[in-house]
Amino acid sequence: MWCRVLRLTPAHPYIPNSAESSKRKLVDFLGISDPEELYSDVPEVVKLDRPLEVLGPLPEQEILKRIKEKLSSVKTALDMPVFLGAGCWPHYVPAVVDFILARTEFYTSYTPYQPEISQGMLQALWEYQSMVCELTGMEVTNCSMYDWASALGEAARMAVRITGRKRVLVPKIIHPERLEVLKAYTEPAGITVEQVPYEPETGQMDLEALKARMGSDVAAVYVENPSYLGFIETRVKAIGEIAHDRGALYVVGVDPISLGILEAPGNYGADIVVGEGQPLGNHMNFGGPLLGILACRAERRFIWQMPGRIIGLTVDSEGRKAFCMALQAREQHIRRERASSNICTNEALCAVAAAVYLALLGPKGLRELCETIIYRSHYAMKRLNELPGVKAPLFKAPHFKEFVVNYNGTGLTAKAIHEGLLKAGIHGGKLLAGEFPELGQSALYCITELHTKEDIDRLAEALRGLLER
Amino acid sequence: MVVSQPSFRQARWDEPIIFELGAPGRRGHIPPRPEPEVVEAVGPIEDLLPEELVRKEPPRLPEMSEPEVVRHFVRLSQMNYCPDVGLYPLGSCTMKYNPKICDLVASTDQVRWAHPYQDERTVQGLLAILYELKKWLAEITGTHEVSLLPAAGAHGEFLGCLIIRAYHKRKGQLVERREMIVPDSAHGTNPASAAMAGFKVITIPSGPDGCVDVEALKAAVSKRTAGLMLTNPNTLGIFESKIKEIAEIIHDAGGLLYYDGANLNAILGKSRPGDMGFDIVHINIHKTFGTPHGGGGPGSGPIGVVEELEPFLPVPRIEYDGERYCLNWDKPLAVAKIRAFLGNVAVLVRAYAYILALGPEGLKEAAEVSVLNSNYLLKKLASLEGIEVPYGPDRPRKHEFVVSLKPLERSTGVRALNVAKRLLDHGYHAPTIYFPPIVDEAFMVEPTESFGVEDLDGFAEAMRAILEEARAEPEKVLKAPYNTAVGRVDEVRASHPKTMVLSWRMLKEREGLSRA
Repeated sequence: MWCRVLRLTPAHPYIPNSAESSKRKLVDFLGISDPEELYSDVPEVVKLDRPLEVLGPLPEQEILKRIKEKLSSVKTALDMPVFLGAGCWPHYVPAVVDFILARTEFYTSYTPYQPEISQGMLQALWEYQSMVCELTGMEVTNCSMYDWASALGEAARMAVRITGRKRVLVPKIIHPERLEVLKAYTEPAGITVEQVPYEPETGQMDLEALKARMGSDVAAVYVENPSYLGFIETRVKAIGEIAHDRGALYVVGVDPISLGILEAPGNYGADIVVGEGQPLGNHMNFGGPLLGILACRAERRFIWQMPGRIIGLTVDSEGRKAFCMALQAREQHIRRERASSNICTNEALCAVAAAVYLALLGPKGLRELCETIIYRSHYAMKRLNELPGVKAPLFKAPHFKEFVVNYNGTGLTAKAIHEGLLKAGIHGGKLLAGEFPELGQSALYCITELHTKEDIDRLAEALRGLLER
Repeated sequence: MVVSQPSFRQARWDEPIIFELGAPGRRGHIPPRPEPEVVEAVGPIEDLLPEELVRKEPPRLPEMSEPEVVRHFVRLSQMNYCPDVGLYPLGSCTMKYNPKICDLVASTDQVRWAHPYQDERTVQGLLAILYELKKWLAEITGTHEVSLLPAAGAHGEFLGCLIIRAYHKRKGQLVERREMIVPDSAHGTNPASAAMAGFKVITIPSGPDGCVDVEALKAAVSKRTAGLMLTNPNTLGIFESKIKEIAEIIHDAGGLLYYDGANLNAILGKSRPGDMGFDIVHINIHKTFGTPHGGGGPGSGPIGVVEELEPFLPVPRIEYDGERYCLNWDKPLAVAKIRAFLGNVAVLVRAYAYILALGPEGLKEAAEVSVLNSNYLLKKLASLEGIEVPYGPDRPRKHEFVVSLKPLERSTGVRALNVAKRLLDHGYHAPTIYFPPIVDEAFMVEPTESFGVEDLDGFAEAMRAILEEARAEPEKVLKAPYNTAVGRVDEVRASHPKTMVLSWRMLKEREGLSRA
């Protein structure tokens, strides 16, 4: 459409000065006859002498139509029960969160380099930091990393800088993508990552194995609570003590939703807390953007090694409360190759979503949400465990919202069950065979407040149907 | 002399900290309760969760009703400047207009509610969009294959550096090739990313024309060279005309050439990094492809690579066999992932819509007008007393330019920072200041194609008025701003160990109040 219009009036709706009358003013003022003259210093050999081969331009309604058509076949948790979690979880996003995020003042602005004219974003981010501190029991939080995995990578590097040691111990039960990212972040710095085995019955970190691996060269011991496979690490205090006994830092990874009911890591010895903030008011969006949480204690040696932006409370020239970016001397735009991290653009808007979400739920709402999740997930475990040959949960331990379902006794593969469920209009859990072969035919299921009793009953009945076939 | 006064006033709400709002017992959102049958079936929660795991104290979150939460954040939003209200000429940040249709399509349920581990058969349409987008990005950058994984430009740089590592490792040369060359005018992320990936950063000085000093580069390369990180046009807004020669020097030395895509907007459809000889290119989707900056993020920083480096791109790869889209995890040489899942999909879907809206002609037009706007504004500012144009003042700039306020500082004591603050009073966001580090009292201005000639004239007029004011009443400019939500912010206090307050918890501890 616009192509055809172009020849008459070459103005694009997004580009005011593409109108001939405006462009004329610019060209005349510059004393040139053609905008191309401004590219006279680009050697011919690197100039593109043909139009780019991309689609468009399309009229707005055609864009909408094309994308809607493409997406029309996509089935999501709104079309069928989906029991996937594993680091990106379906939770309800209150309408207020989307409303606030749609405020153009927030979403189209950038990093608040000029604090006087950016107080809104600064205060919202400081409030995010503060609420994460309340949840985790830490004193300092940065205003976002890309996701849990990259936050873990940065936390490991931070621990290495603080301690001057180069070994990091992590659980054997960890999200494989998270482990891979951790290695990507640490390998170039010469850091070794070692996995600590778990107790097969319970999934809990094997404390004897941990002790055996401890040494004065360990920078950090990392645990996840709840773990990747959904169970709760019940001996987190003891693990922290083992780490601290040898002068290592204690890093804890969390699903922040769980902290509405579970003990704050700061209260069992954590020095650094990382986690995935996506469940706090952020849609899944097919896996991104996410919200990496990174928090720590208010010790100087910690704070100065933190990656990323941190907002501070201060005053203005008249003594009024004001906010600005603090400790920028850690960051890449000042310190360049000696910066604590290369991160610049982060996930600020997702952090604002988390702040709005936590303010809406409050302590009571968050607690009730956790209770609903625990009741429903345990109901699901109970229903599935009643099925012949099915074991749920696989690990004997307390669980939060995810759990491993083992099909070993059914004679069916996890893959076959996945196919059968999908045919019945249900998306089962994440298959674990490739990641944890020792768990046999297993899948990781996730239950949140979005999964009703009806959904769970449907899953159980569909699975029963498959088993009886 | 009376200097004309700006009429802009930003909202000034004196909004309390959120923890000071609300009242005990107020609720802003009530989650669903479990069905009675569910509770009955599983028994009391105390039996499901041992008491020692339960937190002793609830988190001290605000207790607020829904309207209070809305009012609080709406008030905060009114104290935040954004490009939808006026010029936001932050150099190197490309604060262009964010088309609303892009937000609309990214807000559809099929995007929001899709889970990254869903069976490929249920998400074909999403994979199709991502597949087409990566093909377009490869075409636009002149590269062979694109990974959509990185969450931001610096994240793309890190991935690119890991690929450079993997490439040299594969050739058995990682031990010696430890040096990444970076010009002194580069974005801070370049040296920071290289260092994170384990490289030693070698900084080379810019030549008298503000471009890479080819002789200095020749002197810097050796068998230790892993690569060169460069943006083109560079941070002065000047096109590196000797790019072919630079590429040859690096390639002859056995290194790889990395393109920092922060300045890609200037050359869309005009010239492609791949054709210049770059081996790895990152794209700042949130800059070049009009997606919102989110107050600092989320962005998206895909990278494109030449054919030889394709095996090193991380998995999963989005592939198409002519009928179905799928994720290929089987690439033995792939470097490790740098984040979970596939990338910032909600941002990428916006970019897809943006490219459709502009098409090949529109992308080129965006580049040309961004360059026209930049040169127009430069010419207007260059004529003002107190401003000088460093590095080849007669050479055309691209989408951005850098001027120095050194003459103003010399004659009045008013610095770039003060002028920046005074611009806020006129209702403009300030340009990037004190960057690149090779320019004294730098003012780095990127107007983008999204503003009209009258906006540029308004900005130039504000600059003229401020410079005049600096000569007539320097004190006035030195104490700016006045019309913003708060006055000049004490940034030193915010970072001083004795006064630093980074959370409500720290504030309460500072105030000596109970932690219970």
